[in-house]
Amino acid sequence: MSTSKHVVIIGNGISGITCARHLRKLDDQVQITVISGESEYFFSRTALMYIYMGHMKFEHTQPYENWFWEKNRIELKHAWVKTVNFTSKSLHFGSGEQMNYDELVIATGSKPNKFGWPGQDLKGVQGLYSKQDLELMEETTKSGVEHAVIVGGGLIGIEMAEMLAYRKISVTFLVRETGFWRNILPKEESELVGRHIREHHFELKLETELDEIIGDKSGKVIAVKTKSGEEIPCQFVGLTAGVSPNVDFLKGSGLEIGRGVKIDSFFRTNIDHVYSIGDCAEFKEAPAEDRKNIEQVWYTGRIHGEILAHNLIKKPVPYRPGVWFNSAKFLDIEYQTYGQVPADWDRDQVKNFYWEHSGGKVAFRLLMHSDESILGVNVFGLRMRHEFFDRAIREKWSGEEVINKLEKANFDPEFFAPYYKVIKEKFAADFDKNISKVKLSWIQQLLGARV
Amino acid sequence: MDSTAIRSTGMKIIQAVGLVLFLAGMLAFTLIPFVGSYELDSEMVTAQTKESHREKMLEILEPMYGKNYSSNFSFLSDFNTHFDDYNDEFKSNQKWDEVIWDDYRFPLAKAALNSPVKDSPWLCLSLSIGLIVIGGLFYNLPKHQDEPAGIKHNGIYHSAMKNRGWLGILTGSYLILFYIILYWFPAYLVNLVSMVDPLSEILSGNPASQWFLYGLIYTLAILVMGIRMFRKYRGNKYQQLRTASVMFFQTAFAFLIPEILVLLNQPYYDFKNIWPLDYDFFYDYQISTFLSSGGMGLFMLIWGILLIIIAVPTFTYFYGKRWYCSWVCGCGGLAETAGDPYRQLSDKSLKSWKIERYLVHSVLVLAVVMTALTIANYFSSFSLLGNITNQLHSFYGFAIGSAFAGVVGTGFYPFMGNRVWCRFGCPLAAYLGIVQRFKSRFRITTNGGQCISCGNCSTYCEMGIDVRWYAQRGQNIVRASCVGCGVCSAVCPRGVLKLENGPEEGRINDLPIIIGNDSIKLNA
Repeated sequence: MSTSKHVVIIGNGISGITCARHLRKLDDQVQITVISGESEYFFSRTALMYIYMGHMKFEHTQPYENWFWEKNRIELKHAWVKTVNFTSKSLHFGSGEQMNYDELVIATGSKPNKFGWPGQDLKGVQGLYSKQDLELMEETTKSGVEHAVIVGGGLIGIEMAEMLAYRKISVTFLVRETGFWRNILPKEESELVGRHIREHHFELKLETELDEIIGDKSGKVIAVKTKSGEEIPCQFVGLTAGVSPNVDFLKGSGLEIGRGVKIDSFFRTNIDHVYSIGDCAEFKEAPAEDRKNIEQVWYTGRIHGEILAHNLIKKPVPYRPGVWFNSAKFLDIEYQTYGQVPADWDRDQVKNFYWEHSGGKVAFRLLMHSDESILGVNVFGLRMRHEFFDRAIREKWSGEEVINKLEKANFDPEFFAPYYKVIKEKFAADFDKNISKVKLSWIQQLLGARV
Repeated sequence: MDSTAIRSTGMKIIQAVGLVLFLAGMLAFTLIPFVGSYELDSEMVTAQTKESHREKMLEILEPMYGKNYSSNFSFLSDFNTHFDDYNDEFKSNQKWDEVIWDDYRFPLAKAALNSPVKDSPWLCLSLSIGLIVIGGLFYNLPKHQDEPAGIKHNGIYHSAMKNRGWLGILTGSYLILFYIILYWFPAYLVNLVSMVDPLSEILSGNPASQWFLYGLIYTLAILVMGIRMFRKYRGNKYQQLRTASVMFFQTAFAFLIPEILVLLNQPYYDFKNIWPLDYDFFYDYQISTFLSSGGMGLFMLIWGILLIIIAVPTFTYFYGKRWYCSWVCGCGGLAETAGDPYRQLSDKSLKSWKIERYLVHSVLVLAVVMTALTIANYFSSFSLLGNITNQLHSFYGFAIGSAFAGVVGTGFYPFMGNRVWCRFGCPLAAYLGIVQRFKSRFRITTNGGQCISCGNCSTYCEMGIDVRWYAQRGQNIVRASCVGCGVCSAVCPRGVLKLENGPEEGRINDLPIIIGNDSIKLNA
């Protein structure tokens, strides 16, 4: 089916841009407009930290060259949408201009959480999500900042700490939980990351909550106070206790909003011809047992965009998430996860295997159902093959089968230490199984790194 | 201060001392060519000229005998005046046979030189190149000492050296100037060459040429900056091994063995240099050398041919072109060590990829045609083309061998990245690339759907490959130009890229499917 309808996408992040690209792949006629006030061209939000640290320039974070959009007839509009009129199917910009749509896709992303802390809007207090946040942070930390406090120990928090360290600013982490990212990571992994954070000379204050942020007369932050009454002098505060949907401009417009734009499994909102994808959208029902109603990672945003593009052109299909996967990097330690590894589990229902290298920076966890079929893995300081675990989890391999084939899952560069060898040995011992031994090539034995 | 702080301050002091020593050495190296005076006599001319030119040269240069020149400029300018007066007359009368085409400026300047450098070569060598090396080691060894192993790219785009700032421009200009003088005006470098004479005598039994000087500097640059790579890539065995490999091949194969061969009265030969990078391998004088040097010469000829027809396709089939470009090659060796700070400056645009393909394959065609004509001419005892191949050789030597590979190839590191020559000009890279693209087990595997499009891989690809383009669509990277340096894999924060040799089946997946979407199967 070919159509010349006008699809307007608000937001040029990974969700919106993926949707636009796939619309064009599927249909040569459809008119596509992507609107963004944040940046002229699509860039990778996950790379903002690298710009600050001088690893890259902003242009390097743009995955497509500037000519790409015109060549693919994807119109870009660099402006902020102020209001949407769903009855007249029109968008109104800050400048007074307006634009009509046939189909509207809301992919406006998130904004950093602020939980109503006193002083949360002082100068020198900010989150890190958008290009503007980065510019503000660059400006604020240029001079006069010696110590910073980061509130919330998540992925953005640790990125912010690494960034600040580049500017020789010391950092104190305030983490509410008993360990770093402990609401997501099991105890051992959380401790592993905690140790690495301290190795980088950051101060990690666990089970500590922010009470208020204190400013001076000019409205600049000078300290934070914790709930235990401790006052920590600082000139910068990073608020990284999660993000929430960036949908304020849609409130009261008739669109159903909960925490985010409410959608069904086809990304449809309560208004016809209006859809929402990415981390601004809130599923009315969680897409799967192991999924949340708001999905806030890069990959889910991309997959939402792929499916909605399909649905706008072809026969709509519901969102069916595949096997969960995610990855991150904690300073120097890479992390990958496949399937389900909750922070805590019921010992009666889940069998646990954990191996950690004596150096304390490499770890592997395998969780199994009570019938020993694989539930999921956590991998630290190691790289493993997505395809391998996608298949193993989908096909419900037993833990034994997974471990038996573990060398096939290895994705570390050549000559790296063969950790899979000792993981296999430990699994064989822990579960009293007969696991095949790994035979290393002579060249690996001669030149490769040792475990 | 606690012990780590003291340690860290100590390291900074060592680095600062290193920097001072390095700069002092650079200053000495730069000033040495201008030291001393020049005085020519007839015995020097007799010793340094060919028999056929001797009488004429003695006559031409007669006015210069016994005269003391206070600088290389005045000596060479006077030399040029007398010499050109002689040649111009024959040229204007079109008596080409009478014209002296040989360039005697370098040997005569070297002979005529009186300088403290010539008197105390070891001292001057220590104060120039020696200080540069020690300074470089002092500066590099303490690097990242107190940091955990990891990616060390902080501040690269804030650096005046690594982001085409004033330091980068200065460095690039210095290198370009050095290469121009080295290739076309070596007579100005006789002080530096005399300085390394004793070292050359030890290795080959002969006095040094400008090429010995160049080889020495080149090797030391690879060694010192190779040590920097060990520091930078602590914890990354792949990077360390391939760095050790290029350091070894440069030192042993490119520098020491050829000199020692000469000492043993064998032809000068670099056993790892392969035609068509080694573009004069089939030149008639080379072939004559091989054929007139007994068993060893014949072995060299056969070895060189086997490298071309057996080693390149076989090794490239099993391991990709990296076996040569980033593990063995001398140009690659310099690029991967001294050039590493500039790797991010390569152009990633689609346009530059197009230019690259036209240019590098044109050079390959040119090298092949030139060589084919040379061989045909050789076997027809020069009846086919006469001296035309010589013209072709000088054109290729000037435009490709010197200007492209040297001046642009290395001088442009701080402007266009460290692989300008390898990417746009090297005919061997083109040949290896064709094999790698169409018949090889090598690829960079993309790890399912894990890419977050951050751009580190593309930014740090020295060959200007837009790695991310493939990674974000779940596609394996199979590109002719990839030298397999492995840095894309190293810098990836999500563990997405892996250099692998594997079955050819499924290696090139033009329509990849990204894992993780169960609603629809789609091609990225």
